[in-house]
Amino acid sequence: MGILDVIGPIMVGPSSSHTAGACRIGLFAKKLLGQRAISANFFLHGSFSATGEGHGTPLALLAGLMGWSPEDTRIQNAMKIANKSGLDYKFSAQDLGNVHPNSVMIQLKGKSNKVEVCASSIGGGQISVWSIDGFAVELNGENPTLLVSCPDRRGLIASISSIIAEAQISIAAMKVHRNIFTGKNMMTIELDNMPPLSIIDSINNLTNIDMVRLISSVFSGT
Amino acid sequence: MFQESTTFQMFLEQANDWQVPLHNVFLDYEVTVSKRPRKVLWEMMRSRIDVMQTSINEGLSKPQNSRSGLIRGDANLMQGWIDSGHSLLDPLFSKIIASALAVAEVNACMGRIVAAPTAGSCGVLPSVLITLAHHKKINEDELIGAFFTAGGIGIVIEQRASLSGAAGGCQAEVGSASAMAAGGLVEMLGGSPDQVGHAISFALTNVMGLICDPVLGLVEVPCAKRNVLGAVNAVACAEMALSGQKSIFSADAIIETMGKVGRKLPEEFRETAKGGIATIPLPDKF
Ligand code: SF4
Repeated sequence: MGILDVIGPIMVGPSSSHTAGACRIGLFAKKLLGQRAISANFFLHGSFSATGEGHGTPLALLAGLMGWSPEDTRIQNAMKIANKSGLDYKFSAQDLGNVHPNSVMIQLKGKSNKVEVCASSIGGGQISVWSIDGFAVELNGENPTLLVSCPDRRGLIASISSIIAEAQISIAAMKVHRNIFTGKNMMTIELDNMPPLSIIDSINNLTNIDMVRLISSVFSGT
Repeated sequence: MFQESTTFQMFLEQANDWQVPLHNVFLDYEVTVSKRPRKVLWEMMRSRIDVMQTSINEGLSKPQNSRSGLIRGDANLMQGWIDSGHSLLDPLFSKIIASALAVAEVNACMGRIVAAPTAGSCGVLPSVLITLAHHKKINEDELIGAFFTAGGIGIVIEQRASLSGAAGGCQAEVGSASAMAAGGLVEMLGGSPDQVGHAISFALTNVMGLICDPVLGLVEVPCAKRNVLGAVNAVACAEMALSGQKSIFSADAIIETMGKVGRKLPEEFRETAKGGIATIPLPDKF
């Protein structure tokens, strides 16, 4: 945490965790989907469902889904604008288990993609993304991040890292999450800088890649 | 260069060794932590101050009414009171009160603010530092410097105690904001780094144990008025420090104590809306 996180972010009120953090979670989900969302199902956990309404949590989540940042003053009208855009959304309360009180699970569908993401707003507008499509992950949305889902195959990590190195980008953190039931891996690669979009194709061209997504930081600007 | 666990003493010694204001040392810290150039950081702070100024203006000029009905344009009401010449003390003092309300109300009504350190306590720093900078004709760079000092104090509190009402009660939110504002103000008005430390100690001591008890779980009541408490306390503590009064205990000791008290606060008093004034039945109209 830095001084400009203590004096910041610039945001629309009323609560950094219920509003700014929620917006960033929505934004993360939108970027993860990689296309316009057609339908969204939000499962609100703990304090997100108990006091979320009064804090504008649903508005902020929708705003994020529409690609707005936490400082966007349209947030108070997010529901109206989402309705107008034809987004089909639903909010319900759900106990997600022993997780942070400000948590949400979002199921998103776009034209060809769908994704399920669980995340918590952990205070001061910071977020923690802890599950993507059933894989336990650990991301905070700060760095540009590559997500690669692929079979558990030797050498793949090396090939992917060399593609990243060729793009002159440094890796800040890289983790491989395994699903023992499906034999699939999910790689999360946090980068120091945003790589060119062509990196998605380069990775996709490796054999056996199921999915590649590039998510830019949800903290840009402020 | 900077240890994992930061103390105020560390920054204080550096400022004294190098004979520079605290904000220089805090800015160096921020350059190291954020890996951003000085100039960029300076400009980011400037734009935060611009947003704060806009929220003050908005809250004073237009009545802010929240969706819950708990906030009803009190900053605007107070502006009218000031304009009609009713201020109890100097109108400047009323202006500080009204500005703290204004920013807190804008926040409650989903307007744009700067969390400082949190959204709930966002009225304290702008009302104290910006209002007094205008009044004392402080130049913009000095104001920005004061905000870096305030933010640096916040870093120390975050690392040694907490800045969150859910973790440490309102002493950690409005209390921390008050200590940050008091320290920033001392520096802005030409006080020494040691005096900044005394102001922090005074400010946090005065709010030791303050609970977080938001009615209906919303950041509205008591939050907006608590911002006034934080602002007024900051001004008083800065003035005590500037007059040469010294705290018996170091800023670090007081900060740590605040953290300990916060951890001991029962859950009812930590943002759960299950204790304090949050438990008083609301009149029917709400
Ligand atoms: S009462 Fe709680 S929510 Fe309100 S300002 Fe204080 S700490 Fe924040």
